[in-house]
Amino acid sequence: MSEKLAVDACVVGGGIAGCAAAVALRKAGMTVAVLDRGACGAGASGVNFGGVRQQGRNLHELPLARRSRRIWDTLAATLEQDLEFDVSGHIKLARSEADMAELEQYARDAREYGLELQMLGANRVRSEIPWLGDKVVGASLSPEDGQANPRVVGPAFARLARRLGAEVREHRRVTAARRTERGFAVEAGDLTVESAWLVNSAGVFGGTLASWFGEHAPVEPLMPNMLVTEPLPYFVSRSIGVCGGDVYLRQTGRGNVIFGGGRGWGDAEIARSRPLTDQSLGGMQRTLDLVPALTSAQVIRSWTGIDGQTPDRIPVIGHSSTTPQLVHAFGFSGHGFQLGPVMGEIIAELVTQGRTPTPIEPFAIERFAAEGFAAQTAELTHTEH
Amino acid sequence: MTAAPNAPLFHRLVDRSGPTIPFTIDGVPAVAQPGDLLMTAILLNRPALRPFEFADAHRAGFCFMAACQDCWVNLADGRRVRACTTPVENGMAVVIDGGARV
Amino acid sequence: MSDPVVAIVGAGPAGVRAAEALAQAGLRPIVFDEAQRAGGQIYRQPPPGAERPGEDLYGFEAGKAKSVHAVLSDLGERVVYRPRTLVWNVYEQRLDTLTDGGYGEQAFDRLVLATGAMDRVIPFPGWTLPGVFTLGGAQIALKAQGVSIGRRVAFVGAGPLLPLIAHQYAKAGAEVVAVLDVTPFSARARQAAGLLAQPATFAKGLYYTARNALRGGTRASGVRKLRVEGDGRVEALVWTGADGREHRVACDAVGASFGLRSESQLADLAGCRFAFDPVTRQWAPERTTAGRSSRPEVYLAGDGAGIGGADVAELQGRRAALAVLEDIGRAVDASEVARLDAALARQARFRDALEAAYPYPDHLVASIADDEILCRCEGVTAGALRDAVREKGATEVNRVKAFTRIGMGRCQGRVCGHAAAELVALERGCPVSEAGRLRGQPPVKPIPVAGGAA
Repeated sequence: MSEKLAVDACVVGGGIAGCAAAVALRKAGMTVAVLDRGACGAGASGVNFGGVRQQGRNLHELPLARRSRRIWDTLAATLEQDLEFDVSGHIKLARSEADMAELEQYARDAREYGLELQMLGANRVRSEIPWLGDKVVGASLSPEDGQANPRVVGPAFARLARRLGAEVREHRRVTAARRTERGFAVEAGDLTVESAWLVNSAGVFGGTLASWFGEHAPVEPLMPNMLVTEPLPYFVSRSIGVCGGDVYLRQTGRGNVIFGGGRGWGDAEIARSRPLTDQSLGGMQRTLDLVPALTSAQVIRSWTGIDGQTPDRIPVIGHSSTTPQLVHAFGFSGHGFQLGPVMGEIIAELVTQGRTPTPIEPFAIERFAAEGFAAQTAELTHTEH
Repeated sequence: MTAAPNAPLFHRLVDRSGPTIPFTIDGVPAVAQPGDLLMTAILLNRPALRPFEFADAHRAGFCFMAACQDCWVNLADGRRVRACTTPVENGMAVVIDGGARV
Repeated sequence: MSDPVVAIVGAGPAGVRAAEALAQAGLRPIVFDEAQRAGGQIYRQPPPGAERPGEDLYGFEAGKAKSVHAVLSDLGERVVYRPRTLVWNVYEQRLDTLTDGGYGEQAFDRLVLATGAMDRVIPFPGWTLPGVFTLGGAQIALKAQGVSIGRRVAFVGAGPLLPLIAHQYAKAGAEVVAVLDVTPFSARARQAAGLLAQPATFAKGLYYTARNALRGGTRASGVRKLRVEGDGRVEALVWTGADGREHRVACDAVGASFGLRSESQLADLAGCRFAFDPVTRQWAPERTTAGRSSRPEVYLAGDGAGIGGADVAELQGRRAALAVLEDIGRAVDASEVARLDAALARQARFRDALEAAYPYPDHLVASIADDEILCRCEGVTAGALRDAVREKGATEVNRVKAFTRIGMGRCQGRVCGHAAAELVALERGCPVSEAGRLRGQPPVKPIPVAGGAA
């Protein structure tokens, strides 16, 4: 039996950004439907590293990250869910003088955005983190960064959206969306949603959805390969990354050490992904080089998931360039977890006020329309998630 | 009648002659026999193998067939071994309540 | 053209018979087994130094055990035998292995999974206390180590393993203070006709039951509401009898489990399609009588893809090997194939009757209290699962896992997965087949961060 819904705003993609948008739009008095191909928050929003990190981001993202970080302070109360949010600080390690210079430059730049980083010399790092290997020459610490449990955040946003009256429909894969006289018609199997506004928070499918409206946004699947150890006595007091981004780890309050290890395999079309052994073993070796204390630890699980990555590794956020009342927020390129909560507010501002006080110009979809975009692709400097 | 709190759990039914294998549990000397798995060697001397991470409790293994993973124990040299599949070795130093590792 | 590489995982009755048939055909199969010595769990061999006469260890089955143990050594160089090797992942016709702490890999053209089974567990108050083991664990303590799990031992279960273990313990000189079957005796009696289709096995069951009846201790059927009491260790087992009254026996160890479950994680990682078996209430990788899975390169034999017992496993191992040979274009003896298929069909009828004789004790699942630990690795309670279903909208076990960490620990849900699915189904009021099954993730067992090359 076919079903029709008519709402003010239809959100395609029930990750953190999409569900947070549903919450904010409901609070603004609009009727909202959220469609997800699987379970809300179970995609990239739910299987990422869990870093609540500002340090190391593309500078353009810092205004969003700063604003989102404030939301994180009260998010557990808002969502009525323990998010295991721990302001552990994030420390980024330099393994060479060149790394150190890069960190110092970044700290100067980040200060312009209000993000204060503390530079730590080799001795200071060693006294703070005595169990680190001897390859570290210095570090930069972002005391207000931290970590959280990604598996519970998206679903909690979805539940709040439901409590506020949003129609949240899971296991509904959107197969078509088109502009109509009054707005949009979105098809998801036998469900049709008619809406005045359309929010594209479809992750790796964001580019496809945009293409239905004549817009170009290259989005490639990104599968971060993750591993976790058995619970260990607590010792990794900070969330840790390195210049170059090839090692990152954190320890949960329960003792499990979570760390990254390269890239997994994934097929977005069939929503399947697998960690890859060579990547896992490589990640284990690199992490061990940095943290010899893990020598006797056992890995109990590995996983990956499918995110959408843009050529310049920053998301697409903003109004459509072709279609009125279409708003994009996708392509977070493996580091959208921390930004998710603020994306709800920004999307709602774009819908209800037509603009947001947070600068989002660098994320305009038009940037991909320019000829030879690939040549302008930014150097990848940070792959940590 | 129930066992004393620190009485061993296991009870050897089939004695084996031959040499003994000395090892320690929390620094206390103990002996095992050739063919003893570490789980057997420990539980013939103690009521449990390890503290449980998430509560004030101990664990003593469960399936004895390498499936449940309940019997991973700490050795003083830093190794973590699954007691139900690891033969006891001469001089092994098992740490149960001997303080945190790492 | 060189011979295809055939890998076998597991050196129990199914794995060694598969290896034997392949070796006889001139292939040189590679047998991976986590144990130090062949035999699997059912015919588990004591480690060197702890050997005992086969009759003491395996009773009626000593001859079969000896025969299974001899297969690989008799084959010598015609098989590649890799003991002490954990296969921790299967991906795109490659196995990832761990041998004595060193990583390795093995590409294959065909894979026979003979991964066996473990006890099926249902939590009850006190089940995580030191001194509570599975029935299989209690049996291995005796068989492979010559030890009893305690001085005064109680056994609880559902299935033919219960009287067998009680008998073995009593015979070895242990004090067995209670043997409690959670199945009503009437259920077993009703199925006697079907069980007689396999007179030898049924007679064995009667023999053990009769032997047990001659000795001291409590014997009861149809028991409910189990509870182990004790401060830091087992002190007593408490249950509600068929008479509705509470009974208690002092003891210092308990063996308890409720049937068997397949070790099917590798089949899952290999991409095999699973089906739900309503009789055993378990998901298992689909297989034909010949042992073919839904994947053309993967074959399934023995209890790892549905419980059949050791005799069936031997037949399935051989039959799966013949299927491999058929599929790679080798000649096989058609009359042997027909004989094996007929024998397997006979065994399947017996198995159906046996399963019906020991129906799943759902009353135990229904009585799991909110404060009961469900996931023993992570220490997560049944209440957390119910909250995830009731308040957080989880409809299947993988979502419950994401919300609560149930099944996320060292054992990957081997121990709690079934009970978790049953509880989700009860909470939702849906059939357990709609509560999902925990997806396998590599590594299927813990592997070291620091692993040198194998």
